[in-house]
Amino acid sequence: MSPDLLSFDHPLTRLVVGLLCVFAFVGLNGLVLVWVERKVAGHVQLRPGPLHVGPYGLLQPIVDAVKLVGKQLAMPAGADKYLYWAAPLLAFAPVTVCFLPLPFDPNLAPMRLNIGLVLILAFSGLGVLSLILAGWGSNNKWGLLGAARAVAQSVAYEVPLLLAVMSVAITAGSLDLYEITSQQGGWPWQWYGVQNPLAFFIFLVCAVAETNRAPFDLPEAESELTAGFHTEYSGMGFGLFFLAEYANMIVVSGVAAALFLGGWQGPFLSGILWFLVKVYAILLLMIWMRWTYPRVRFDQLLNLSWKWLTPLAIIDLALVVIIKGIGG
Amino acid sequence: MSVSELFEEAYTGLKSLFVGLGITGKAFCQPQVTVIYPKQEVDNLSTFRGHVELVGKEDDPSVPRCVACGACVKACPSDCLSILCPVPVKEGQEDAPVAMGPAPQKGSKTPGAVFVDFALCSLCGQCAKTCPVDSLRFSDNPYMVALDRKEFRIDLMARLKRQAEEA
Ligand code: SF4
Ligand code: SF4
Repeated sequence: MSPDLLSFDHPLTRLVVGLLCVFAFVGLNGLVLVWVERKVAGHVQLRPGPLHVGPYGLLQPIVDAVKLVGKQLAMPAGADKYLYWAAPLLAFAPVTVCFLPLPFDPNLAPMRLNIGLVLILAFSGLGVLSLILAGWGSNNKWGLLGAARAVAQSVAYEVPLLLAVMSVAITAGSLDLYEITSQQGGWPWQWYGVQNPLAFFIFLVCAVAETNRAPFDLPEAESELTAGFHTEYSGMGFGLFFLAEYANMIVVSGVAAALFLGGWQGPFLSGILWFLVKVYAILLLMIWMRWTYPRVRFDQLLNLSWKWLTPLAIIDLALVVIIKGIGG
Repeated sequence: MSVSELFEEAYTGLKSLFVGLGITGKAFCQPQVTVIYPKQEVDNLSTFRGHVELVGKEDDPSVPRCVACGACVKACPSDCLSILCPVPVKEGQEDAPVAMGPAPQKGSKTPGAVFVDFALCSLCGQCAKTCPVDSLRFSDNPYMVALDRKEFRIDLMARLKRQAEEA
């Protein structure tokens, strides 16, 4: 081993430990989110939601997970063996990397990177590749249509998302999430989300679209495409896509909390508690939206992005640059 | 579309998003309507359509009002009712055992046995509508469970007797 790599030793250990913690965090939160999602869905529809497995149905996600793990992994005839199995792994693996630069607490960030924001955006861009591979590899028309939709959707929504993120990065003068968080204060009027609500709004809309959740769940639209890109996946193949969706939700909520809501900073007691509270508030909002809005049509989806969000994001960015220029 | 119209549309659209969130948010806080069955039971069965049952006479609730005319059997599109009456005895065969035949039978003004096969019934209500003496109606029995479809062939006379005893 070259001495260079040996001196690299310390960050490598951090990386491994950080990834392990992230896996545990994602697994645990995935279970919690599945339960919350089903409970919210139930209550919104005047039903109780899961009820019988454990107190308040709390153990239901565990039973679901066991069921998924126990199922046979099937592959349709004529599917591309390598692409088909690579897709669920590719869906899940990049999301875990996205957790590394998230500052949970002043002293708790799996990895502090000065370009953390770029890393998250780059790796979440990989997620859509997995949808394309899944749709293409499964030799299924629904899957292919889902994949085609995923491409158009992610191209459309990554532009305003990047612009909104950029306006915050310019305000803070940094791409380091830790740095951006510390520049905001504990009180709501010190948060970028309150100072720049337009960017926050655009980010939220794009985040929902990025995570392929209703009302932007066109790649998997059950009523039109059965399950879109994951139509053919059973057992843990589907399970990984499912977990990746929830992990993606946590990532975008974490980024939103760090960029717009002051991250771990809050009135009275700063720290990981505030960060988690903010992340869960955004997650709840996303779940609430899912059970409120009907799915948008494809042309509506693209119109919204290209005719509204992108121009608004450009205007917002220009304003931020001008204000920053005047203010010094 | 002019610019002002465009913004007006965007405004109403945005507003409706918040109205929608308000509606589901309110529903979230409302009490649930689910009746969790073995622990609770529904109490609003008055509008429930169960299988058909016989209506008893006013002076003797254990005897059906039915006059064994057989109109309901003919009216039923699913062929699930059977009303049986004793077949009149032919001359010279007085000691042979009494056979039961489908109503109407000469000389029978009350049915000997009434069955409904609930597995075939479509709950259309034609039988109850046809009956000239209003002897059929829907029961309010939602708890129908069986391991064998033969158990859905319900003896309505026996049911009426049971109901009369319980009342
Ligand atoms: S309700 Fe309709 S199907 Fe059922 S027994 Fe009466 S006539 Fe026949
Ligand atoms: S129509 Fe009424 S009276 Fe006639 S056989 Fe049927 S139940 Fe009896």
